[in-house]
Amino acid sequence: MNTSDKKARIVLENAGRIDPLSIKEYMNSGGYEALKKALSMQSSAVVDEVKRSGLRGRGGAGFPTGLKWSFTAPLQGQKYILCNADEGEPGTFKDRLVMEGDPHKLIEGMIIAGYAIGASEGFIYIRGEYYASIEKIEKAIAAAEAEGLLCEKVLGKEFAFKLSVRKGAGAYVCGEETALIESMEGKRGNPRVKPPFPGVSGLWGRPTVVNNVETLANIPYIIKNGADAFRKIGTEKSPGTKVFLLSGKVKEPKAIEAPMGTTLRQLIYDLGGGLAGGIKFKCALVGGAAGAFLGEDMLDVPMDYDNLLAKGAVLGSGVVMVLSEKEEVMPVLKNLMEFFVHESCGQCAPCRTGNKMILDLLGRIEAGKIAAEKGFEMILKAASTMKETSLCALGQSPILPISSALKYYSRELTIK
Amino acid sequence: MSERIKVIVDGKEVMLEKDANLLSELRKAGYDVPGLCYYEKVSHTGSCRLCVFRRKGSAKLETSCTVAVCENMDIELFTADIEEHRKNLLQLILASHKHDCMTCEKSGACELEALAYRYGLDLDSEIFPSIVDKTLKKDKSSPVLCYDPQKCIACYRCVKACDEIQEKHIIDMDGRSFHTVVSAGYNEWGGSDCDGCGECLQACPVGAITSKTAAGKGRHWELGSVITTCEYCGVGCQLKIYTKGDEIIKVEGVDAPANRGRLCVKGRFGHDYIRSPERITKPLIKENGAFREASWDEALDLAAKKFMDIKEKNGANALGGLASARCTNEENYIFQKFIRSVFGTNNVDHCARLCHASTVAGLAITFGSGAMTNTNTGFEDSDCIFIIGSNTTETHPVISTFVKNAVRKGAVLIVADPRRIDLARRAKVHLQQRNGSDVALVNGLMHIIYKENLHNKEFIEAHTEGFKEFAEVIEKYTPEKVSKLTGISEEKLYFAARAYAKAKNASIIFSMGITQHTTGVDNVMSLANLAMIAGQIGRHATGVNPLRGQNNVQGACDMGALPNVYSGYQKVVDAPVKEKFEKAWNAKMDDKVGLTVVEMMNAAGEGKLKGLYIMGENPMVSDPNLHHVEESLKKLELLVVQDIFLTETAKLAHIVLPVTATLEKDGTFTNTERRVQVIRKVLEPLDGTRNDWEIVADLAGRMGYKMGYGNVWDILKEINALTPIYGGMTPERVPSGLHWPCPNAEHPGTPFLHKDGNFSKGKGTFKPIEFKEPAELPDGKYPYTLSTGRILCHYHTGTMSRKVDALNAYVKEGYVEISASDAAKLGIQNGAKVKVASRRGEIIITAKITDRVVPGSVFIPFHFVETAANRLTNDALDPIAKIPEFKVAACNIEKV
Repeated sequence: MNTSDKKARIVLENAGRIDPLSIKEYMNSGGYEALKKALSMQSSAVVDEVKRSGLRGRGGAGFPTGLKWSFTAPLQGQKYILCNADEGEPGTFKDRLVMEGDPHKLIEGMIIAGYAIGASEGFIYIRGEYYASIEKIEKAIAAAEAEGLLCEKVLGKEFAFKLSVRKGAGAYVCGEETALIESMEGKRGNPRVKPPFPGVSGLWGRPTVVNNVETLANIPYIIKNGADAFRKIGTEKSPGTKVFLLSGKVKEPKAIEAPMGTTLRQLIYDLGGGLAGGIKFKCALVGGAAGAFLGEDMLDVPMDYDNLLAKGAVLGSGVVMVLSEKEEVMPVLKNLMEFFVHESCGQCAPCRTGNKMILDLLGRIEAGKIAAEKGFEMILKAASTMKETSLCALGQSPILPISSALKYYSRELTIK
Repeated sequence: MSERIKVIVDGKEVMLEKDANLLSELRKAGYDVPGLCYYEKVSHTGSCRLCVFRRKGSAKLETSCTVAVCENMDIELFTADIEEHRKNLLQLILASHKHDCMTCEKSGACELEALAYRYGLDLDSEIFPSIVDKTLKKDKSSPVLCYDPQKCIACYRCVKACDEIQEKHIIDMDGRSFHTVVSAGYNEWGGSDCDGCGECLQACPVGAITSKTAAGKGRHWELGSVITTCEYCGVGCQLKIYTKGDEIIKVEGVDAPANRGRLCVKGRFGHDYIRSPERITKPLIKENGAFREASWDEALDLAAKKFMDIKEKNGANALGGLASARCTNEENYIFQKFIRSVFGTNNVDHCARLCHASTVAGLAITFGSGAMTNTNTGFEDSDCIFIIGSNTTETHPVISTFVKNAVRKGAVLIVADPRRIDLARRAKVHLQQRNGSDVALVNGLMHIIYKENLHNKEFIEAHTEGFKEFAEVIEKYTPEKVSKLTGISEEKLYFAARAYAKAKNASIIFSMGITQHTTGVDNVMSLANLAMIAGQIGRHATGVNPLRGQNNVQGACDMGALPNVYSGYQKVVDAPVKEKFEKAWNAKMDDKVGLTVVEMMNAAGEGKLKGLYIMGENPMVSDPNLHHVEESLKKLELLVVQDIFLTETAKLAHIVLPVTATLEKDGTFTNTERRVQVIRKVLEPLDGTRNDWEIVADLAGRMGYKMGYGNVWDILKEINALTPIYGGMTPERVPSGLHWPCPNAEHPGTPFLHKDGNFSKGKGTFKPIEFKEPAELPDGKYPYTLSTGRILCHYHTGTMSRKVDALNAYVKEGYVEISASDAAKLGIQNGAKVKVASRRGEIIITAKITDRVVPGSVFIPFHFVETAANRLTNDALDPIAKIPEFKVAACNIEKV
């Protein structure tokens, strides 16, 4: 375990250092060597290497990437690799740094993934408002095509792969992999019932692997340097780095790639320069809109999937949104709920009705129309049923921020 | 057979069907699992989440509606925590639903209401405040439906019913989150392509989609209901009709084998005619050119006396009768029995002459049996469907849904029609043949099949005769020649021929576009040839399928309402048959074939036919060359018409007899797939009306022939005894909907004919057929080709459908379809009045500019008497079937 190496950079290795649109510069800094190496291996060996690396999905759920690939790799017929670049989580801006700063890394990761699982076609589904990402990825794809990296015989080998961009149309829920697939098929972006999982029946009913941008951007490193090298970074169960996203009342809001297991304290104080204006830390929303508010008592928990989960929190997309003693949680909660109300696809009853119910109840509590205790009792009732019964993760989300915010809210009430 | 496996539910073992839907299986096993979005007929949505369960050892809840029964299932279904979540879910759903239950049309049948009651939800305790968006407005723009978004629970049942059952794709969810609402067209139902079938209405679990025609007419618990057979087309949909007092309130489709719960706009909303003030309830006698009311005794005595006078003076063959495809089997049987034993003539026919006479003749010659070979729902399993001359979507709406279901499952659809009908856009290839060039087209397809060695040699060898002579004829129909004759590209001909011949199971569907020609029998025999050359007959989901137009046109034919056969197609010229009926009916029979409809009109015109008895037909709108029909009917010494309305034909009668309507009586109908189904009395008959069969029996008695039936079932028993194909269709068995032939009480019925190539007549016969042009082609004076037919929301001569406000709201009057280029050439605007004239007459009618017709062709629906297409049509006849050429006439069009 190596959590002290604050300079560990895998995903953002080249971002800001090379001209993102120069495939030559990417190659000069070792780019596409992993692809060459991968194509000299058996595809199953590539899957094994990723499996051995312990890489887990960086979209938030942390599912082992190699395992996901191994479900799809043995299946026959047309298969697809999709990159989920529909980055819409509040406070999240890591994927665009890869796409805008080092698009070839993502493309290389996708070609390797395609080879590993036996997909001849890949799509990058990019959030529609990410104009710069779309432009850079499309240009990079053209450059890769010109270099013979995306063609009928990739690098002269018996492996055909093509890649193209699909643009989202502004729905957060399309970051859910099956809603993304529905959207790609030209339908309303509603999540599908799982199973079947996309790995078995995905895009147009074919086996499909969906990976996040950051996940795929780790692939070239793993193949080039080997799983062992990768495992040297991060923690035992969460190897590698994570791009953390500091925002809110931190002195230096930014994206920072750091080894998995870095603590909240290290992130805020060592890497983020502490709180702006030196005001006292109250809590941080960790993991994104579906994350938890963590206070001082949690500052030293190593930030990785399992350690956070053990504390009832989630790593999510790596968001760390800092609140100082001067901020109240109620406006943040309401903002989160407005977001969920706006983004619920409306397909399943708990999410369609529950988010709106919680938002309305928060408003009633705030306006004094209902006692806070009674109001939160109702909110938690709704949120817990949403957590247990919603069709996708969106409706399962509000419980964590709400329940974790409660103690700060009741404290705020007593101060008032 | 499916395997049943052990599943543990809340600690108790139950046996469920493996791989079947878990929710459905649990409910069948007696577990009352709550659920609002699950609808067995469509794919699961998993939206309401009420049916959640938990696998033992798992932390998460899953929806039972989205899971299949599998091995080693040990589940928790009704634990306290799961029930608590259900209660919370219901409270959330209720909070998003407007509670106007006191006035809601759905109250009493609302699934949400029932669950709220079951879970004892207390709305007063303000568990959750209302989150209904009061700004959402009702959409009342559809002629038949009302959508209230404030009551919608976004369960997707309606959307999926429209998509997956009817495949119309009219509605979808719009907006998201708690603004998720159903939307048709551009947020306006009335402006969409919705045709009002009401599948969504039937699927809605709450009062979000309601019937406009039922609004305010009765609470659900006040309604009585009766299951019966639809009185419109030949599909034979089973209806559940809800009534209150003497009024029909609403209709649901019944999940029966003929229609699987599906209906069209007529079946669901088209029954209001039955209480139209225009119904006649007193016998009428014409005196000095005007009708006066009369008693039944007076009217029947007068009819009896006059018919007997004519028979005495001019002989039996100066009399004739028209039976009706709208009446029951029992009534048609009685009617032809009356004509044959009381009148003593075989001059009995009905409007099947005008629709499928060529089918009956053509298929009898080639196969030995003149009916649809396969079943309605069987199309769903076809791999290739060749539809020629049938605008199925409009004429047999529910059958078209099974065709669409097949296409979704991957079947290749080939549509041959001069017009770009609805199904053409779902077809892999649309063969847009020149009107009347069908024989050339089908010969061309068979030429390709033969030349490419795709013909089924084993089938031809083992089960057919006459192939050699036939092959010599099709040899001549090269793709090049056929392309010139039909106007279809060679490429399309090749595609269609190969797809049909190579398919595992291919079906042919046809209708009036094939039969209503002077070459009608030739057309039908060509299709029989096609099925035989490819061996696509005698199995499930194959065959040659003439879709019968009227509710009981199959039955009227089966019952012998034809001039050449007794019931069950037993020939009048056959001496032993004649003897059998003479003995059974205790009367002398004529051994000569009688006159057909058009021949009777001609004979009347010539003064040879003097007395005509019409039961429920309206030749004054339905027959070709109406001017001639009118002249002929006016020459009759006695015309007796019995009908529910004073139709155009009844107005010409000397005596008019008021009868009960279909929904007021009992009996049986035989639908297009030869399935005999029961009709049941829904409303009490109007005072003063009598059943057709009772009138016929009464009249017979007054003419000295006793018919002593106690009820319709007595008649059916006589049919069983004298009609081999109906032998087993006993009163006890008809409710199960058997297909004929069903010769005895143990026989299960015959869903498809000619099993394994064993044709009714032994071997199938190939008939070599040369192409002939239609009787009348466009020329300098009449440069346009006129075709006629039906539309979805009206029916036949419009006597019923045009008295229904809901149907009139869709289409109120007749129109002529004309291409944009012809319209431009003639300076005609869309909606302008035009004069359409043929050698036989002219009409003034509204122009509808459309790309459904090709330049040079026009189309007029024939339902509308004010713009009667049949003033223009040609009464030239097919030489064998005597069917007129409704589908091709030359006409001229002028701006007025």
